Amino acid sequence: MKELVVVSGKGGTGKTSIVAAFAALTPSKVLADCDVDAADLHLVLQPEIRSRNEFRSGHEAVIRQDACIGCGACLVNCRFDAIRTVSNADLAWMFGAGIHACNDCDVCVRSCPLRSLDMINAMREASGEARKTAFVVDPISCEGCGVCVDICPVKAISFPERVSGEWFISDTRHGPMVHARLGIAADNSGKLVSLVRQQARQLAQDQNKEFILVDGPPGIGCPVIASLTGASLVLIVTEPTLSGQHDLQRVAELARHFRIPAVVGVNKWDLNPDMTDAIEAAAVTLDATPVGRIRYDRAVTAAQVAGKSVLEYSNNGVADDIRNVWAAVSALMQLDKPKANREAP
Amino acid sequence: MRERRIIAIASGKGGTGKTTIAVNLAAVMEGPVAYVDCDVEEPNGHIFLKPAITAANSVAIPVPIVDKEKCTGCARCVTACRYNALACVKGRVLVFTELCHGCGGCMLACPEHAISECDHEIGVVETGRANDICFVQGRLKIGVAMSPPLIRAAKAASPSEGTVILDAPPGTSCPVIAAVKDSDFVVLVTEPTPFGLHDLTLAVDTVRQIGIPFGVVVNRCDIGDDRVTDYCQREEIPILIEIPDDRRIAEAYSRGCMAVESLPDVRPFFLQLDLRIRDLLSAPNGVQSAT
Repeated sequence: MKELVVVSGKGGTGKTSIVAAFAALTPSKVLADCDVDAADLHLVLQPEIRSRNEFRSGHEAVIRQDACIGCGACLVNCRFDAIRTVSNADLAWMFGAGIHACNDCDVCVRSCPLRSLDMINAMREASGEARKTAFVVDPISCEGCGVCVDICPVKAISFPERVSGEWFISDTRHGPMVHARLGIAADNSGKLVSLVRQQARQLAQDQNKEFILVDGPPGIGCPVIASLTGASLVLIVTEPTLSGQHDLQRVAELARHFRIPAVVGVNKWDLNPDMTDAIEAAAVTLDATPVGRIRYDRAVTAAQVAGKSVLEYSNNGVADDIRNVWAAVSALMQLDKPKANREAP
Repeated sequence: MRERRIIAIASGKGGTGKTTIAVNLAAVMEGPVAYVDCDVEEPNGHIFLKPAITAANSVAIPVPIVDKEKCTGCARCVTACRYNALACVKGRVLVFTELCHGCGGCMLACPEHAISECDHEIGVVETGRANDICFVQGRLKIGVAMSPPLIRAAKAASPSEGTVILDAPPGTSCPVIAAVKDSDFVVLVTEPTPFGLHDLTLAVDTVRQIGIPFGVVVNRCDIGDDRVTDYCQREEIPILIEIPDDRRIAEAYSRGCMAVESLPDVRPFFLQLDLRIRDLLSAPNGVQSAT
């Protein structure tokens, strides 16, 4: 099975439009949209959703106020600034803390920010008094590490699983597609990307498809790494700008770091032909082969507005360019070299 | 001393013009201005501002090291780690640094105090000046997955007074949240296309969830359709400025030139943007209606 991942480093260079056009050119494949943060491929392919699944990932700490004794161990040990105090920020609260369940666990001694035994003794003596400060977890900052859950001397912190999005298996006019939607302000996009790719592979296996076409996310961080590890070939779509060139370099180095063969396509190349030459020359030094140029054409935006891929919208000009890039990429994918030392089925 | 106001420039979709808006806005603003590039995976602001970098500080997260002498192989650290960054094989604990989030949970869990921490570099924060603009950027080390700690470090390196412009990464997930959190105002940059609209709605949901006032810049406002402006009207989101598609701006961008410097007629758009943001910030009721 072969897997082509289309990435860009810089956002907005035309990845999704090119993937949608490729989708119209290959008969036997599974599509995967790995830009789970801001997935757009479905806007062109209008998938009919066949199955809808929750994406559960990681956990989230929740302090049960009725059980909390206000010792502050969670606050002191959280490295992600996710514990908020609800009344004054003054440390004076510590003296009023109601330690009504002290079992000499020693956690207060280990976590006291002032390392003061006097203070701890005062807290112990104050046992039974009402608390003046409530501690709460800020779900947006919580990293789900569980340190507070483990350190809480009275086990007052629950740790429910987080539902961080949804993923779908759908049918499109160009074949089956796996896609996802990350929850608002959720994290773990890398895990969701891995899940989408894994489901796409499974689907390809079940339906005897030999090829997976992946629309990747921008950047070089976690979701990009999750998108390209183990792929047969990476197509980097860039644009002839200094930013495009800069970002191409970083994503090409990333591909090289993970030993994935990479090729480069320059989109809107005619906006700056000299820059296009420079980018292609730079790509070669990064072991990324140039596979073609795609001209600037307003038909690309017009096709998007019409909810079509550019190949369905216009039949020459930019469509020819995309066909040529596809011919080069698909020829490379048939070769053994990009496939070599990749996981065998 | 002037108080600090932080304006984050963000967008769901990439390539809509965040960096163009951020650097040009920084260039037209009066008073002390800082530009902070929080798109640490692909920082591009330096291409336009051409700063003289005066300091570069390595940013690291703490990762565990296990003292083999003290370790008894009880594997409590392995159980404590939620990121599968530790494994115990034949009584020996192995650390997978690239999976570690630096929470320190393993160190707290170890009954033998056999775990200490060392620094694992994830990138650098560079600071300098570009004319009157104080410049800060984070640059993620290639192959590192975790950008939020670096984004936080870049923000922490920004000046404590004046206007701070944050150039956020694209998307809606953890790096974006790390960048825009604690800002006073968010500018969402979009373009009037179906992709632009779809990703704008995600970004709006994200910013609303964090609870920061925001407005929208429609870039290349004449390339697509009216659905973005219709959406903003329906949702009562202020449109700060609309910038028409202009090949000269694209060409200046491709050469790494500042639009407000090479194209004098572009300058009023950014002066207007500055004014609109200041108006919205000083009229709390006007801003609240957006959320």
